[in-house]
Amino acid sequence: MSSHAHDHDSSHSHKLPFWRKYIFSLDHKVIGVQYTVTSLVFLLLGFSLMMMMRWQLAYPGKPMPLIGNLFGDALMVGGIMLPEFYNQLGAMHGTIMIFLGVVPLAVGGFGNYVLPLQIGAPDMAFPKLNMMSYWSYFVGGVVMLSSFFVSGGSAQSGWTSYPPLSDIATSGQTVWLFGMVFLITSSLLGSVNFIVTTIQLRADGLSFWRLPFFVWAQFVTSFLLLLAFPPLEAAAVLQLMDRVAGTSFFLPSGLVVGGKILEASGGGNPVLWQHLFWFLAHPEVYVLILPAMGIVAEVLACNTRKPLYGYKAMVYSSIFLGFMSFIVWAHHMYLVGMSTTMSGFFQITTMIISIPSVVILTALLLSLWGASIRFNTPNLFAMAFLPMFGIGGLTGLPLGLAASDIHLHDTYYVIGHFHYVVAPGTIFALFAGIYHWFPKVTGRKMSEILGKIHFFFSFIFINGVFMPMFIQGLAGVSRRLYDPTQYAHALPTQPLNIVMSVSAWLLGLAQIPFIFNFFGSLFFGKKTGDNPWKATTLEWATPTPPPHGNFATPPVVYRGPYEYSVPGQKNDFWPQHMSGDN
Amino acid sequence: MSAEIRYISKPHPVSGLTNSKLGIWCFLASEVMLFGGLFSAYILLRTSAVEWPQGASRLNVPLATLNTLILIISSVTMVMSWASLAMKEFGKYRKYMGATVLLGFLFLVVKSFEYGHKFSHHHFPSTDMFYALYFTLTGLHGLHVIGGIIVNLYFLFPGSALWHKDPEQFTGRIEAAGLYWHFVDLVWIFLFPVLYLL
Repeated sequence: MSSHAHDHDSSHSHKLPFWRKYIFSLDHKVIGVQYTVTSLVFLLLGFSLMMMMRWQLAYPGKPMPLIGNLFGDALMVGGIMLPEFYNQLGAMHGTIMIFLGVVPLAVGGFGNYVLPLQIGAPDMAFPKLNMMSYWSYFVGGVVMLSSFFVSGGSAQSGWTSYPPLSDIATSGQTVWLFGMVFLITSSLLGSVNFIVTTIQLRADGLSFWRLPFFVWAQFVTSFLLLLAFPPLEAAAVLQLMDRVAGTSFFLPSGLVVGGKILEASGGGNPVLWQHLFWFLAHPEVYVLILPAMGIVAEVLACNTRKPLYGYKAMVYSSIFLGFMSFIVWAHHMYLVGMSTTMSGFFQITTMIISIPSVVILTALLLSLWGASIRFNTPNLFAMAFLPMFGIGGLTGLPLGLAASDIHLHDTYYVIGHFHYVVAPGTIFALFAGIYHWFPKVTGRKMSEILGKIHFFFSFIFINGVFMPMFIQGLAGVSRRLYDPTQYAHALPTQPLNIVMSVSAWLLGLAQIPFIFNFFGSLFFGKKTGDNPWKATTLEWATPTPPPHGNFATPPVVYRGPYEYSVPGQKNDFWPQHMSGDN
Repeated sequence: MSAEIRYISKPHPVSGLTNSKLGIWCFLASEVMLFGGLFSAYILLRTSAVEWPQGASRLNVPLATLNTLILIISSVTMVMSWASLAMKEFGKYRKYMGATVLLGFLFLVVKSFEYGHKFSHHHFPSTDMFYALYFTLTGLHGLHVIGGIIVNLYFLFPGSALWHKDPEQFTGRIEAAGLYWHFVDLVWIFLFPVLYLL
């Protein structure tokens, strides 16, 4: 009966016209691929903005070669970048990378494609909401990009959009706020969908303690998105009112702009924005890192051929992490003049939240102990995640303590810290995920040779970009400087800017093998079966590529997610859906 | 039946909820955070202000009391429309749902009189912080009322076709729409004393 139903459904899906099947699709797998491709394009775009900024930082005031003359006089004069354009690039780099690149790829892409498969569901709980969430994201992205073309250019108050600067900025900031409303809507719809799907649609026998860690990570992430984004939406509404309706929520009385007192009713408080913003943006950090940890856990367990070390401790840690992430936000704001009681509270919670992160990282590291490790491309990226995220996490501790933060606040040290978390941390994990699940999506493996070239060069150059930032930051060089050579204390570390910029451009070149690999392997990759990595979780139990409705028969789960190398079993992996001995 | 999404009209045996009911509760949780953020902003801005006018001295309390009554009655009619479906009386459902929609419109009409009166006296969001908060909070609440009316209108006319195909699922949808409508009502119950009375 089941196979008949499946036949019926796949023939049904064939009848759908092209635009229903691939454009306005309701299938979580198509939507997942749409998210993945769109967000990869945005990642490349956000990275390109940064590569242009790195020219200005390495060679301030020199005309940009090759592409410098392509920009109008409002952006570059004679190929020399104007400060306004530098600020636009900086603000949009952060916005694009976080809200349009990494989160949509980690949650929208991997979450949508893999989570329903790993829990044995035919689709997400609300397919139409799922489609709306992608298109809302897409519209938000288009709105964000369109802001480059309004008069005065795009938003230029940083990705944090701190008022009063953002309240009085050019109209690009209004477009930024509208774009954020679309992106927040997309996140909310997506997170509701993930929570309901995980609670309601797990296959028979798949209890919560049998869920793969990736599903747990996405589940906790969804709660963070659900509860942390609305306060930013509130803040965006207030800032929009400030800019459009002339209110003064974030404008204090007597604000002087350009030597004149600003005509506004006043009485507002710029720090209010910071509270509302960081109430989102600190949980957002865990939105960036938890799915990455989930991917690394899946890839490591499969490629070490042994169960994860401390699976339950990891799950408890991620839940605890989720709760704690809501009460640490003000550690971004030690310098606004808060009381010592307040900063004391936030220092303690910040030190506490580092514990579960360390538990998860340690468990992943100990998973390597005594394993027969496969050194394939996905696992190289996953293993590189461990020390890179370790550096990113540990360098965060001095920022969480008010005394050391006074020196390090808003310096390049901060930039180095969070980029280690997000770039060689999260993005490496995302690459691991792409190489790992590519055979399931397409039925073909990506090239190992190109993959290893991509990995080793990316690994070297990405450290070349971010490691010197710690040195610059400790020397006191501020972030968001248009021309660092204007400051005497920044001159000794100026040669490092050239190292970092060259590394960034070479890092850009190192992505070319990946792009070739990604598209080339669609057509020329080695064909694989349903379970090329000999993995245990449910997504490998579907036909490849999975048809509409995913499973030929509804799967039943008999055991935990990581039954590798079980003594007494013939094979070294024991899939979750296999009823008897292996 | 592999390709069928489960628990659309029947509740999950463990969670005890249908998908739509769990979904609407999650959505309402996020709405609580949205208005929670705005109320926190209100508290912070008011406590840091040098002086703050008493709400009743600036706003029309009788009209707002009338609006409070209208929303509370509309919540009752919303429950009655759902209860009618639970008792399989579709005709009664239409009457109660129609009343809910009308009461929603009535709320907006009263609100627009209030707004118009303020505008004619040159009181705008840009006037001062009190009016800024008043217009922003009630405006956002008004948008939620409009959203609720659109959803209710959909279930009153085209959406009600589902009743003849799957009455259980349709009843579940009305319950979800009702939960949202009660939430909008509840936000007003908070807004009314905070803005008009305190």
